[in-house]
Amino acid sequence: MDQVNVNQPLDYKKKNNLKKAPSIWRDAFHRFLKNKYAILGLVILTFMFLFSFVGPYFSPYLDAKIDVSKGNQPPSAEHWLGTDNLGRDVLLRLMLAGRISLTIGIAATLIIVLIGGMLGSIAGYYGGWLDVIIMRLADIIYAMPGLPILIMLGAIMSDLKIPPPQRIYYVMFILGFISWVGLARLIRSQILSLKEQEFMLATEVLGLRDSKKIIKHLFPNVLPTVIVSATLGVAGAILSESALSFLGLGVIPPTPSWGYMLSAANNMIDFAKRPWLWIPPGVAIMLTVVAINFIGDALRDAFDPRQKI
Amino acid sequence: MAKNLVEFRNLKTFFYTEEGVVKAVNDVSFSIREGETVCIVGESGCGKSVTALSLMRLIQSPPGKIEGGEIIFDGRDILKLSEAEMRRIRGNEIGMIFQEPMTSLNPVLTIGEQIMEPLMVHKLMTKKEAWNKAIELIKQVGIPRAEQIMTSYPHELSGGMRQRIMIAIALSCDPKLLIADEPTTALDVTIQAQILDLLRKIKQERNMALMLITHDLGIVAEIADYVVVMYAGKVIEEAPVRELFKNPKHPYTRGLLKAKPIIGQRQERLYTIPGQVPNPIGLGDYCYFSDRCEYAMDICRQKIPQLAADENGHKVACWLYEGEWKK
Repeated sequence: MDQVNVNQPLDYKKKNNLKKAPSIWRDAFHRFLKNKYAILGLVILTFMFLFSFVGPYFSPYLDAKIDVSKGNQPPSAEHWLGTDNLGRDVLLRLMLAGRISLTIGIAATLIIVLIGGMLGSIAGYYGGWLDVIIMRLADIIYAMPGLPILIMLGAIMSDLKIPPPQRIYYVMFILGFISWVGLARLIRSQILSLKEQEFMLATEVLGLRDSKKIIKHLFPNVLPTVIVSATLGVAGAILSESALSFLGLGVIPPTPSWGYMLSAANNMIDFAKRPWLWIPPGVAIMLTVVAINFIGDALRDAFDPRQKI
Repeated sequence: MAKNLVEFRNLKTFFYTEEGVVKAVNDVSFSIREGETVCIVGESGCGKSVTALSLMRLIQSPPGKIEGGEIIFDGRDILKLSEAEMRRIRGNEIGMIFQEPMTSLNPVLTIGEQIMEPLMVHKLMTKKEAWNKAIELIKQVGIPRAEQIMTSYPHELSGGMRQRIMIAIALSCDPKLLIADEPTTALDVTIQAQILDLLRKIKQERNMALMLITHDLGIVAEIADYVVVMYAGKVIEEAPVRELFKNPKHPYTRGLLKAKPIIGQRQERLYTIPGQVPNPIGLGDYCYFSDRCEYAMDICRQKIPQLAADENGHKVACWLYEGEWKK
């Protein structure tokens, strides 16, 4: 415990607005801002977002047609990151791909946290037959190898002739749906041990509702776990999407994504001779994932009140 | 005489385990009057806590089940209320504190949030009213720098302070009854005395009834008005505190009193009651203490003695006194 000066109650009043009850969110926010890595991660991530969502409007090639005669040019003053085999500007492709990859990564993670968090809490808290049903469902999904399911679902999407722009929403949902299982199990096991703690009996004794007990008393206790696995989830979803796109089941050309661009490295000639095709998306994925992990780490620390600043 | 606030009538709480039925509370009847301190005494596993949890209707089911009897609280039968009505009683009309103050507070919520919560739930206070009331409560339980404590987390406080906070939370809605389940067991002796003083003071200020569960006869002598002695799920003796200490009747109670160290008297060894608490599974219809009792007679191993009162209101369940009360 840090030193508390007994004779200075006024100092405390200056620091905190007494009218506002302190909350875990506000405290966490203060702790978060004091973490250097968190700020670095935040800066990188903000940059990635601006780069992807605002950047394309500054590109002179936004309306450019495909021109094979300008294909496979190395980086130059005109095309900073060169062009691909169809003569498209790689920098612009990188920006547009970022939109897709970031959206898929974050949306899929939100779905994972939502489904996994809810089902995991319910299974852990209520137990009994609810627990059995949810966990057996999770086991079934867990037991099926991921790739065959993705291939199957991708084939179904192609059969149903879902237009390419909408496919990314389906991809998000599929990614979310097959990966909520791990988080649900994690949260369930935590809740199982937490609900036996005496402070949960204390909430019982206070006559609180179940919803309040779960949301206000249990959830903040599992929050660190959720945050860490969610941040890892964003990175995982970006990578899964690239696997999916590589198999032709995720986003389809001409829509670009980082994962799809990265798959250029599978071509031996591109890999050996044209590094400008696959290095930039690789760096973009790496930077984003590292930034998100920094933020996740900082958030976990920030939500743990035992960690003193 | 004040009227009865709580009345246990033939309460039976059983646990169904794989080995058999554990009759944790078996036909227990006693009552607590308004503003009275009743101590429930007995060794571990005799059903003290289960009695209290039955009153709160917090017996986990399965394996536990309240099999019979009534618990009348303030004119209502607790066992017949709906879950929603029960929630309005818990924390609002009956407060409860536990043995282990280190784990009874949620580690990720500030003290303030935890005190304010029942106020906002039961008394429908706004955040600001609850905040002010919480500060008042913290001061009442004798903690200085209330504002600072409000924004602290439980791990920043000592065990004694946490138990005070638990008391503040339990008192927040002005309950008519406070159940304290071994509130001082986890604390050291000086803090123990402070907490007991605090409980006594608060009880007098608010004319609140106190149901104190303990196995420490020192605490009983200090704070109780009335004592209920339990053994293996049954009440075996109950009496006003002075009467019980002056004139213990049941051989078990006598043994307990003899097992206490007396200050100023050197003894090589303290007295112990011979034998062990019987296995709670599958007890027959006989006095459960008979195996350990020096005065056991044939009848003790054949029939369960009933609780009966003498002219002083001193109740005991023992065949030794059978003839006495019949007269």
